Amino acid sequence: MMDDMTAIFREEVRDLLESLERGLLDLKSRPDDMGLVNQVFRDLHTVKGSGAMFGFTELSAFIHEFETVFDKVRSGHLAVGPDLLRLALAAKDEIPGLVEGEADPEGRRVAILSGLHGLLGGAPVAEAVAEMAPAEAGPTGDGALRLTFRLTGAALALGARPDLVLDELRGLGAVEIAADLADVPPLDRLDVEACAFGWKMVLPASVTAAQVEEVFLFVDADWSLDAVAAETVETVVDVVAVPVPEAAPAAKAASPKAPVERPVAKVEAKVEPKAETKTEAKTEAKSEAGATIRVPAERLDALMDSVGELVIAEARLAQLARDLRDPALIATAEQITRLAGGLRDATMTMRMVPMRSLVGRFRRLVLDLSDKLGKPVEFRVTGEDTELDKTVIEKLADPLVHVLRNALDHGMEMPEARVAAGKSREGLVELVAEHAGAEVLIKVRDDGKGMDPAKLREKAIAKGLILPETQMTEAQIFALIFEPGFSTAEAVTDLSGRGVGMDVVRRTIDALRGTIQIESALGRGTTVTLRLPLTLAIIEGLQIEVAGEQYILPMPNVQEIVELPPEKAEPSRTEDFLDVRGGFVPFLRLRQLFDCAGTPGAGQNVVIVRAGEARVGIVVDRIIGTNQTVIKQMSKLHAGVRALSGATLLGNGSIALILDVGHLVGMSRQQGDAAQAVRQEVLA
Amino acid sequence: MTIHHLKEDRSLTVVTLSLGKQVLAIPAVRLREILDPMPVTRVPGAGPLVPAVLNVRGTVVPLANLKQVLRIPETEADDRRRILVLDVTIAGEAAVVAVEADAVHEVATIETAIIEPVPAAASAWPPEYLTGLYRGGEGFVLMPDLDHILSVLAQRPMA
Repeated sequence: MMDDMTAIFREEVRDLLESLERGLLDLKSRPDDMGLVNQVFRDLHTVKGSGAMFGFTELSAFIHEFETVFDKVRSGHLAVGPDLLRLALAAKDEIPGLVEGEADPEGRRVAILSGLHGLLGGAPVAEAVAEMAPAEAGPTGDGALRLTFRLTGAALALGARPDLVLDELRGLGAVEIAADLADVPPLDRLDVEACAFGWKMVLPASVTAAQVEEVFLFVDADWSLDAVAAETVETVVDVVAVPVPEAAPAAKAASPKAPVERPVAKVEAKVEPKAETKTEAKTEAKSEAGATIRVPAERLDALMDSVGELVIAEARLAQLARDLRDPALIATAEQITRLAGGLRDATMTMRMVPMRSLVGRFRRLVLDLSDKLGKPVEFRVTGEDTELDKTVIEKLADPLVHVLRNALDHGMEMPEARVAAGKSREGLVELVAEHAGAEVLIKVRDDGKGMDPAKLREKAIAKGLILPETQMTEAQIFALIFEPGFSTAEAVTDLSGRGVGMDVVRRTIDALRGTIQIESALGRGTTVTLRLPLTLAIIEGLQIEVAGEQYILPMPNVQEIVELPPEKAEPSRTEDFLDVRGGFVPFLRLRQLFDCAGTPGAGQNVVIVRAGEARVGIVVDRIIGTNQTVIKQMSKLHAGVRALSGATLLGNGSIALILDVGHLVGMSRQQGDAAQAVRQEVLA
Repeated sequence: MTIHHLKEDRSLTVVTLSLGKQVLAIPAVRLREILDPMPVTRVPGAGPLVPAVLNVRGTVVPLANLKQVLRIPETEADDRRRILVLDVTIAGEAAVVAVEADAVHEVATIETAIIEPVPAAASAWPPEYLTGLYRGGEGFVLMPDLDHILSVLAQRPMA
């Protein structure tokens, strides 16, 4: 039971950390956005609260310090600066370790905490002054509420925890929490079981009495909520306005890193939006909680498997119904087909995950890299809501990390070089995700120095990857960077440059049945485009037959089907090209490729398929038709067969193998090169 | 799995089967089911060691040819031929694999004390693919190291 609960807690922490990281990264570009500050505070507060609830005391204690800093930011005593964000991100990174109960032998956590303390300590004068002001209501402003409460009767004896109550109130936005010691009796009259303390604090105007009542639902307490009188606010502003300019120089002397001279007017101006964002976020959070259910990924996979079986059984039923010609059975089969289709679509939609879940990680990566390399970079993301199958998303993380690293490490120039080249000091790296038909395009674009095809070519020749006389298009030359062992960096860095990364990228994208394309303009930057199928689970397939064997071609890749002209029926080394409406398309004979026995009958067809920009014709014996193809991965024992991307079950229970169009196109290109060599030989 | 692992328990339940004239034993816990011969789908370019896949209750399962791997000569197939579906570990990951057997004999419990290591000089079989062997009623019974065999097969070059 407890294990279940901590599992839930861990999952919750993971989500909160994601949200926290996003908030912190956004704060970098919008340090004055109080909505973000509040979000960060709320996330921290929730982690701390649930951590304490599940007995993660060390975690709670750690976050408490962290939270205190953001409390100061929230109340306007501390400005968001690069140091604060750096420490906050580092602190965030420690949280998973704390949850797992890992030790901290290098004392990183202590260092982070003392760093955070340093930030707090940097503004002691201002703080002291602010606290001296009796009703400092800077962050709350007009209509702020003052809450006082006092535990009554035997509340303590009944287990009331004032600290938890205060935590909850902090969650509502309480600031300036102070104990009211007025009723503490002299020691000889002290009743140890009663709580002699009271507390007072200032709450934002947006807090309703009902919310406060909720806090005190299980606590025996007298409480009162009053608006802070308008004139008090005025005097407060007076009081605060005077000491701050005085305090500022002192604070500066103490720590130049803590900018405290926040003009009061500015603080006041922030009040309204803050209250608004808070309520908005609250309603949003509520409606979200009502509309979403958390489901373990395995259950989704199991559902998808069942739907896959259903689709196969449905195909079999439809075939039987056609064979038996019973109208009632045909009608039922058609209904089942419709229902299965609906169920399939619904299940696939469930598995779709937005790119957003990946992007947070990348933003952090770019920030860290740009710091480490000393190349200031703006990271812009568009299309975060673009959805992809969860398996695709999971596998996409690594290749995208490599591509982004490459863009920063090799693509981006140092700031001085950029200025010299007449560009802005700060580089731009863009991640764009968008739908295009049955595919998703993911582009990583940088405005760095671009790649020089001539230089790449030289290098490939030097490395023996290509022959000096090989004719290549620019796109083919750029594709060389995906060859194993090819690296263009002059120096090997610890980030990238060992020439392994891009090789991994191509392998992973191949495995996802996607393609990669590179465009680059010297001096202006490089764009890497990944094209990926929307889903890996079920595709529309074209079933074909070669020498009695069944294969599937993914429909999104199929462009058209033409007849093989009789004069081309005989295999030839040089003439395997088709004239398709003025364009020459090379073709491959599956019979030859797959070593099939026997000779083909008359009337072979050519299926023209496309992968990326390239097209190839595939000669088959017969076209069977289209069907819903449930993709089953090939086992490790067949993972090396590159011409196949998976297998599927047909209506009659037999297996058809799914052809990997990207690989076939690549093969035809090699064959084309060979054929060209032969032609040149003949001509010479 | 090493011979020492096998000997941790005093007895072991095995399934015995024939490949050609050779008798082999596979731990019974590995066996999922025994199927009658059924149509298989050739995987072009996969080579003779794992030449095909078959449909085992809705899953696509690779079919490995142990005879090729263990260099056991082919014999003519008769109606005793069966397909064994086995739970294995390929390069550290759980997987299901099918192997063909010319006949399946029995499930027997043997004393692990009788299992002997494969003599290095036993050139008839690749010793690295065998966990051990024991003397059965009709000559030696080989115990193939399935996980090792299949992990090696997963590394083989393919078209």
